[in-house]
Amino acid sequence: MRLIAQIREWFDRRLQLAAPIREAAEHPVPRNTASWVYVFGSAALTIFLLQLATGILLALIYVPSAGEAWSSLQALNHDVTLGWFIRALHGWGSNFMIAIVLVHMVQVFLFGAYKFPRELTWIVGVFLLLMTLGMAFSGQVLRFDQDAYWGIGIGASIASHVPVIGPAAVRLMLGGPIIAGATLSRFFALHVFVIPGTLIVLVGLHLLMVLKLGINEWPMPGRLVKRATYASEYHELTKKDGAPFVPYAIWKDLFFAAFILIAVAACAAYFGPFGPTGRPDPTIIQTAPKPDYFFLWMYALLSLLPPSMETPALLIGPVIAILGLLLLPFLSGEGEKSWRRRPIAVLTVLLIAITLGTFTHLAGFAPWSPHMNAWSSDPVPAQFLHGTTALERQGALVFQVKQCRNCHSLGDKGGQRGPALDSVAVRLTEDQLIRQVIQGGGNMPAYGKNLSPAETSALVAFLETLHPAGQTPARDASRGAVLGENAETLSSTQP
Amino acid sequence: MSNENTLSRRGLFMKLGILFNGLVAAALGVPILGFLFSSVTRGRANAYLSWVPLGPVSEFPEGETRLATFRNPNVMPTDGKTVDTACWVRRVEGDQFQVFAVNCAHLGCPVRWFPQSGLFMCPCHGGAYYRDGSRASGPPERGLFEYPFRVQDGLVTIQAGELATPGASAAVIGKKPPCA
Repeated sequence: MRLIAQIREWFDRRLQLAAPIREAAEHPVPRNTASWVYVFGSAALTIFLLQLATGILLALIYVPSAGEAWSSLQALNHDVTLGWFIRALHGWGSNFMIAIVLVHMVQVFLFGAYKFPRELTWIVGVFLLLMTLGMAFSGQVLRFDQDAYWGIGIGASIASHVPVIGPAAVRLMLGGPIIAGATLSRFFALHVFVIPGTLIVLVGLHLLMVLKLGINEWPMPGRLVKRATYASEYHELTKKDGAPFVPYAIWKDLFFAAFILIAVAACAAYFGPFGPTGRPDPTIIQTAPKPDYFFLWMYALLSLLPPSMETPALLIGPVIAILGLLLLPFLSGEGEKSWRRRPIAVLTVLLIAITLGTFTHLAGFAPWSPHMNAWSSDPVPAQFLHGTTALERQGALVFQVKQCRNCHSLGDKGGQRGPALDSVAVRLTEDQLIRQVIQGGGNMPAYGKNLSPAETSALVAFLETLHPAGQTPARDASRGAVLGENAETLSSTQP
Repeated sequence: MSNENTLSRRGLFMKLGILFNGLVAAALGVPILGFLFSSVTRGRANAYLSWVPLGPVSEFPEGETRLATFRNPNVMPTDGKTVDTACWVRRVEGDQFQVFAVNCAHLGCPVRWFPQSGLFMCPCHGGAYYRDGSRASGPPERGLFEYPFRVQDGLVTIQAGELATPGASAAVIGKKPPCA
């Protein structure tokens, strides 16, 4: 034991770090902040360290070359001992990191921790969030598969919308005229050097400020933050009702960090690594690229925005969002901290969470995308063909062969881009059906040039049969009157 | 001595030292920035574009649309398969062609041709185009991007070399087809 003490003393005489470390560890924190709600920041840091470690391990095998990256990932998955597990840890670690960072941010927001004097801690935190998302996107690119390839194309298309410098921004992003070797190399440099380096510096600053300014006290409704008195009030609080951070509060951080690591490892072991999907060969176009989980909401948003809104939303939306986050501590730097007395703050969080959640959920089944194989793989359900005439069956054939099914479902199978047609005859009359098929409109292409008159007649005859048993198809009452149909049939179709 | 207005010998040297470093940094900055932005400066005046052959005219039957591939004119040794690019070739009649980029005019996903319905459909956000490349429906704001083409010695040749994105110059993405 004496030897250990001697060694310690030898080092400390030279480093002189023991005293400041002890001081930092034992700094008093308000007693009620030793809470399970205050563990997310340290959990995010823990996962960041896991990402650093697994990232370095992956770099031992991974080759950042457009010609070989995909094969090196295959080798990691299948040939290198436990390569699949390290890839899975890194991939799941990424998902967990974004999730925990978001939870941490919501907690900080709802507990008013961004208010005076912790404004800069929040601002650095906003940049940490952006860096984390940057890591997620660039990491998805390094998994150089079909999704990554077309994902960069989407990124380039978005960048090209920027006025004046758009084309230059695209060339800078791609490192050349097309998505190729130079593109992967620069995303490698970003993912491995630039962003992690910035992250390490910013995490250091973030932590330094937590130590200097103290952990945010548990907000009490009615206890308002005032610039003039806050510092002395906080000091009073830690003196009167404080406890040393180590060991009083840290044990919960330690337990939660370990729990999160177990959760990441369990997901990694059970679900395995992400991809890679198909080879990044631009001549293989039979692919429907999708972004990773935390970017799915953007995929949904880009599908649902009206075309005229898209460029402004793409260019102005992120600027407003980031500016809003950065300005938040200056707009409400004082006053009430407790979420119990900040209904607008709570509603804002709920609104954003529900919006992002809904978009993410929608992106899971992408109702806006045509089902490219529905026309050849989903047969017309038999119940729609019972007792039909030859013409109507011919129409069902036209319906399939002309790929109507890719956008319109029958019996819940087929695309959802357009409305389901199970009961279309109730909604549209024969004339309206013909007009819709030939001229399109309402986001449907016009098929006039691709259907012969015979095909159109057959198709509409089939569509006319699509109505529930008991419900008559829609009819044009005026047309019936002109053609002199008897009053009985007419009245039976009136509602 | 410590008058604010007097400059000490050491103070002068420190300032000169900072100035000296500033000059060196500026001088070094020229090649550093030149390297960093080389992909932008090289692409000025459409220098990335050149004429590449797609194949003999006879490979493209009249009235049909076929997928063709070509090798990008700029190749780096580490590019692997990414330099091979696909495009849709529509032979209207005779020597009249339309060559479309596979990239959707919305956000660049690869569109697929369905000859039966005469539509290009995009799997990502549901854009659709008619056989002449004009917009049919969905989020795209315009028709498909068209490569300039010419028929030379029986070969269909297009001017290509740069990724077609919505904001790219007209030389890259061709003229705007009429909206339907």
